[in-house]
Amino acid sequence: MEKPLTKNIPRDGDGPLMLEAYEKAGGYQAVRKALKIAPADITTLVKTSGLRGRGGAGFPTGMKWSFVPMGSDAPHPKYLVANADEMEPGTFKDRLLLEGDPHQLIEGMIIAAYAIQADIGYIFLRAEYTVAAQRLRKAIVEAYENHSLGKNILGSGYSLEMYLHVSAGRYMCGEETGLLNALEGKRANPRSKPPFPQVSGLWGKPTIVQNVETLCNLPHIVNKGADWFKGLSHGTDGGTKLYGVSGKLKRPGLWELPMGTTVGEILEEHAGGMRDGVKLRGFLPGGASTDFLTAQHLDVRMDFDQVQKAGSRLGTGTMVVLDDHTCPVGMVWNLEHFFAQESCGWCTPCWSGLNWAEKILRAMEAGRGQPGDLEKLEFQTKFNAPGHTFCALAPGAMEPLQSALKYFRDDFEQHIREHRCPWR
Amino acid sequence: MLTVEERQEIEAEFSRYPNKRAVSIDALKIIQRRRGWVSDESLRDLGELLDMTPDELDGVATFYNLVFRKPVGRHVVLVCDSVSCWIMGYEKLCQRLTSQLGANLGGTTSDGRFTVLPVVCLGACDHAPTLMVDNDLHRDVDPEKLDELLDRYK
Repeated sequence: MEKPLTKNIPRDGDGPLMLEAYEKAGGYQAVRKALKIAPADITTLVKTSGLRGRGGAGFPTGMKWSFVPMGSDAPHPKYLVANADEMEPGTFKDRLLLEGDPHQLIEGMIIAAYAIQADIGYIFLRAEYTVAAQRLRKAIVEAYENHSLGKNILGSGYSLEMYLHVSAGRYMCGEETGLLNALEGKRANPRSKPPFPQVSGLWGKPTIVQNVETLCNLPHIVNKGADWFKGLSHGTDGGTKLYGVSGKLKRPGLWELPMGTTVGEILEEHAGGMRDGVKLRGFLPGGASTDFLTAQHLDVRMDFDQVQKAGSRLGTGTMVVLDDHTCPVGMVWNLEHFFAQESCGWCTPCWSGLNWAEKILRAMEAGRGQPGDLEKLEFQTKFNAPGHTFCALAPGAMEPLQSALKYFRDDFEQHIREHRCPWR
Repeated sequence: MLTVEERQEIEAEFSRYPNKRAVSIDALKIIQRRRGWVSDESLRDLGELLDMTPDELDGVATFYNLVFRKPVGRHVVLVCDSVSCWIMGYEKLCQRLTSQLGANLGGTTSDGRFTVLPVVCLGACDHAPTLMVDNDLHRDVDPEKLDELLDRYK
């Protein structure tokens, strides 16, 4: 089984893979190759590969690039941004790529930037990833010394500047347009779309924002081709995927596996199954903002289309597992507390609705639930549905809530009826 | 007054962005790294340098969870309160931490040594529960061994 994204990542304690080791492992060959190909052909290659965005939305990467104005009339500077603001609760996949193989990200960024003829690249990194910040800073310096960044890269005539921006902490920064505002030195409120960032992004110029894992796939696609990439997957979406598991399992962790690996294989074979004495009740397949699935979904293949068919989203592909000794109401309260706190307050359904939902759940967990609470929560899931808010934060927040009300309704009713949390 | 070093460090950021205001978040963090927090006076001085009003800059400063507008202790403990850590024992850990230090979430110990703050998911969920002290991530934190952990930070 091939693991292109993680094959060079040293084991814990061995230190990061810096330039010399990265080049020895074949690093920066993809940039050499890409710079000899026309930018439009790189975009076509990525389209053909079936690569879809790994940040959660699963938008086809090549298609996103094809919206960027090209040619001599195109506005400049154009920007490429790596979204390394990994703050989705339960998600810890980009950390591995950033800390373990920083040059792989930089090489992927150069390829993406060249395809859209970007002039400047930013890595938008969350503040708490202090080790990643150190290594990325060093890797950027090394890439400049190596002439993979800067003016006239490797004599190709193409130039790219790259900077690391370390954020100051807010989940909203991970939202594409919120991130753009944060990079401009503003509050990370979302922007209305259209115009889309591909046309009018950073400082009104064409901008592409891609997740770290998405970008890290690019050197391998350029080196080995679209067919090879498609062949890595068990399904229709190309490539491998970093899958993670947290919760009360024997071996929580992170693994690079073929896209479309089943839930059961990940939980049983890789995470070692549930700890002794606890049973699986449900799981969020791809971070806090995805609908719960349950033990009846172990055969679901973890790719974008199949998880959607099962009623949830692949999201970030990092699962959070609910066991039968953990209160589902408490878990949903924790999730809604997060979303209510991290809401930027820009639009009413979100700041009002999420706080309302959080208060109801908090009261319920403290034994102060009332008849009618579940109807109020259900109202919120509709009030904050997609299309009612500026961005996807509130609709995402409603996904675990609406599915918990479906799968764990008895637990909610018991809290209200008995005026207590049975787990406390 | 900004010091010469602060001013130089902030001005060095200007070349990376097309305008001064884009530097505001970096600048707030530079001030905070050197002074521990961002005072009203710092906001006024910084606003002058970045061509922003103090209110505009405060709007930015207060948006971000890790820009401190109040003084903090010598060390800042960020304890993860997100879902994976919650499942793996956040409540017990947090209770231990706050009672041991005698400071509630958001508070500072009376000796000025620690400030304790909740933080969202630290991205180390397979090793929950987690917390950070200053720039150091601590994984698989055992509430029984908090003493040892905190002892490293004087």
